[in-house]
Amino acid sequence: MIWDWSFALEILPVLARAAVISIEATLLGFAIAASLGLVLAVIRIAVPWTGWTISVLVELIRSTPLLIQIFFLYFVFPKFGLVLDAFTAGVMAIGIHYAAYCSEVYRAGFDNIHRGQWEASIALNLSSWTTFRDIIIPQAIPPIVPALGNYLVALFKETPLLSAIAVLELMQTAKIIGSETFRYTEPITLVGLFFLAMSLVSAALIRALERLLNRRNTR
Amino acid sequence: MTEQPMVRFDNVSKRYGALTVLNGLNLEIARGEKVSVIGPSGSGKTTVLRMLMTLETINDGVIWVEGEPLTHMQQGGTLVPANLAHIRRIRAKIGMVFQSFNLFPHMTAMANCIEAPITVLGMKRADAEARAAELLDMVGLSQKKDHYPSQLSGGQQQRVAIARALAMRPKIMLFDEVTSALDPELVGEVLQVIRQIGREHDLTMLMVTHQMGFAKEFSDRVCFFYQGKICEQGPPGELFGAPKNERTRQFLHAVLEAG
Amino acid sequence: MGIRTLVAMLFVSLAVIAVLATQATYRLFLPGLLQGAVLTMEIAILGSLLAVIMGVLAALARMYGPAPLRWLATVYVEIFRGTSALVQLFWLFFVLPQFGVTLDAFLVAVLALGLNVGAYGSECVRGAIQSVARGQWEAGTALNMSRAQMLRRIILPQAFIAMIPPWGNLFIELLKSTALVSLITLSDLAFKAQQMNQNTFKTIPIFTLVLLMYLAMSLTVSIGMRLLEKRASLGLARGKAA
Repeated sequence: MIWDWSFALEILPVLARAAVISIEATLLGFAIAASLGLVLAVIRIAVPWTGWTISVLVELIRSTPLLIQIFFLYFVFPKFGLVLDAFTAGVMAIGIHYAAYCSEVYRAGFDNIHRGQWEASIALNLSSWTTFRDIIIPQAIPPIVPALGNYLVALFKETPLLSAIAVLELMQTAKIIGSETFRYTEPITLVGLFFLAMSLVSAALIRALERLLNRRNTR
Repeated sequence: MTEQPMVRFDNVSKRYGALTVLNGLNLEIARGEKVSVIGPSGSGKTTVLRMLMTLETINDGVIWVEGEPLTHMQQGGTLVPANLAHIRRIRAKIGMVFQSFNLFPHMTAMANCIEAPITVLGMKRADAEARAAELLDMVGLSQKKDHYPSQLSGGQQQRVAIARALAMRPKIMLFDEVTSALDPELVGEVLQVIRQIGREHDLTMLMVTHQMGFAKEFSDRVCFFYQGKICEQGPPGELFGAPKNERTRQFLHAVLEAG
Repeated sequence: MGIRTLVAMLFVSLAVIAVLATQATYRLFLPGLLQGAVLTMEIAILGSLLAVIMGVLAALARMYGPAPLRWLATVYVEIFRGTSALVQLFWLFFVLPQFGVTLDAFLVAVLALGLNVGAYGSECVRGAIQSVARGQWEAGTALNMSRAQMLRRIILPQAFIAMIPPWGNLFIELLKSTALVSLITLSDLAFKAQQMNQNTFKTIPIFTLVLLMYLAMSLTVSIGMRLLEKRASLGLARGKAA
C-alpha cells in the first residue's frame, strides 16, 4: 500500500510533539532576529560611522548558507570552552541569520519616516532616545509588520535545518521514524502538509494584517 | 442611397457599477469628417474614444464602423458580442494617439513605428522601415529615428506616436487629449502635425481636446458633452459663436475666462 | 550596496582565501573543498536554470492560462512556497522511491531546488509583468496587436528589467540552499566541510574557508546581476540624464 492511514495516525502524536519543538525554535529564533535586527538598525542611525561595518556584516551573513552557520556555531563554541546544546546553538544561528534580514526591513521602515519628523523633534529639543522611542519607532514599525511577518514564516520553514545537528524537531523525528520503519511516505508527507497548512494560514493572517494597516493609514 | 457613415454609435451606454458614464449615445461621423469633442472632465468624452478603440467594453447598444458592427457580429440574423478575431479585423481601421504618448520605452522611434506593421500587418522589414522613415520625416523627426523615447521631448514623443499610429494605415484616427500632457511651448508643434495630416490625408478624425482655438479652426463639427450625453453639437462657428444651450455657454465662458 | 563595494568585497574574500592558502593548516583542506565547490556550482547553475523556466511558465499560466492550467500553476506555487525546501528535498529523495520512482541524488537536488525557487520566482515574474504601465497594453491594442504579440514584444521586454534584481536575490537564495544537498549524500561544499570537520576537528580553518567560498560565489552572482541590470536598462535610462 502506498499510503497507510493507520500508520499515519500512529505516528501523528509523535510528530505533534516534535511540532512543538519546531514552533518553539521558530518563536525563540524570531525573538532574537526581531530584537537583534532592531538593535542593528538603530545603531546604524545612532552611530553613523558603524553604517558601513554593519552593511558588510549583514551582507556576510546573508551571503552564506544558514546550514553552514548552524554547523559553525555548534562546533565552534566548544573550542572556546562553551558547550551549547544543539537546540540553543541552532536557534541562535537561525536568529542571527534572520536578524540580518530584519535589520534591513527596519532600516527601510526608518528611511520612510519623513525628515521633517526628525527636524520637528530637534526643534522641540527632544533627546535622541525620546525621539526614537516616542516619535520614530511608533511610526516606523506598523508599516513593516507584514514584512517582518513574512520573515517569521520564512524562518519557520528553515527550522528543518536543525535536523542536521540532530535537534528532535519535526524533520528529524520524521527521518527517525522513516529509518526505523522503512516507511518514509507518511512521516515526510505529514511534515510537508503541516508546513503547508501553517504557511497558508500565516499568509492569510499577514494579508489581513496588511489590510488592517492600510485602512488605518488611509483614515 | 446615401453613403454609409464611417462610424455610428447606436444607443451606446457605458456604466461602471452604479456610475453611468455614457447614456444612450447616438453619434454618426461621416467619411473624412473631423469631429472635436469638448466638455468638462468626467463628461464621458474620453470614454467615447476608448470604446471605439475597444479599450472599454460597452454595456448597451452597438458601435458600427463602415456599416459593420465593431462590438458585435452577425450570427444567424442577430447580433451577438464579437469574438477577438472579428474585433481585430474591424479594429485594423482605427488608430489612436494617447494623452500620455504610450510609446514603447525599450524601442527607438523607428522601432516603435515598424513594430506593428511587421508583426500585425506582416510587412517586410525594409518596406516597413521605408514607410516609417516617410512618416517620421513628415512629423519632422527623421533625425531622431534612432533615439529612444526617454531621449525625446514630450512634443517629439507625441509626434512619434502620431507617426506610429499612421504607420498602420488606419481610416479613422482618434486623438485623446494629445496635448494635455505637454508643456505649453510644445503644444504648437503637435497641433501643426495634426493640421498637416488633416490636409494631406483623407482621414476621418475624432479628437477630444481642450484646445478650443484648434477645435474651432480645424474641425468640421464640434460636440459638447455633458454628463454622459451630447448636449449640443454643430459647426464650430455656430457652437462657439452662438451656443444655444445654457450648459455650453457656461462651459465656454469658464474655459475662455481661464485663458 | 553599491557595485564597487561588492567588487571590493569579492576581491577581499578571494585575497583572504589566497593568503590563508599559504598556511599549512588551511592548505590541507583546499583541494577537497574546491572539489565540493564545483559540485555546489553545478547544482546552483542547473537549479537556477530550472527555476527561471518554472517561474516564467507558472507566472504566464497563472495570469493568462486557461482555468485548469491556472489551477495547476497555483497549486504548484502554493505547495513549493508553503513547504520547506528541505522537506521537498527529502520527499523527492526518500518518498518518491516508494512510489517506484528512484532518481539520482544529483537530479533530486536540481529538481527540488529549481522547483522551490521557481515557485518564488513566478511571483516576481508576475509582479514585474503587472508593473508595466497599462498604457503599454492600450498602445498595443490601438496598434491592433494580438495579446501574445503584446506580451512577447512589448510587455515582457520591459518586465525583464524589473525582474533582474529580485531574481538576483533568488539565485543567491538558491546558491545558499545548495548546502542542503549535503544531507542527501551529495558531496558538495557543505558536505566536504562537515566530513573534514568530523575527521580532523579543525573547525575554524575549515569553516572559515567554506564561508569565504560561499561569500565569493554569492558576491559573483550579485555583481553579475547588477551588470546585467545596467546593460538591460541601457536603452531605457540613456535619456534620463538628458
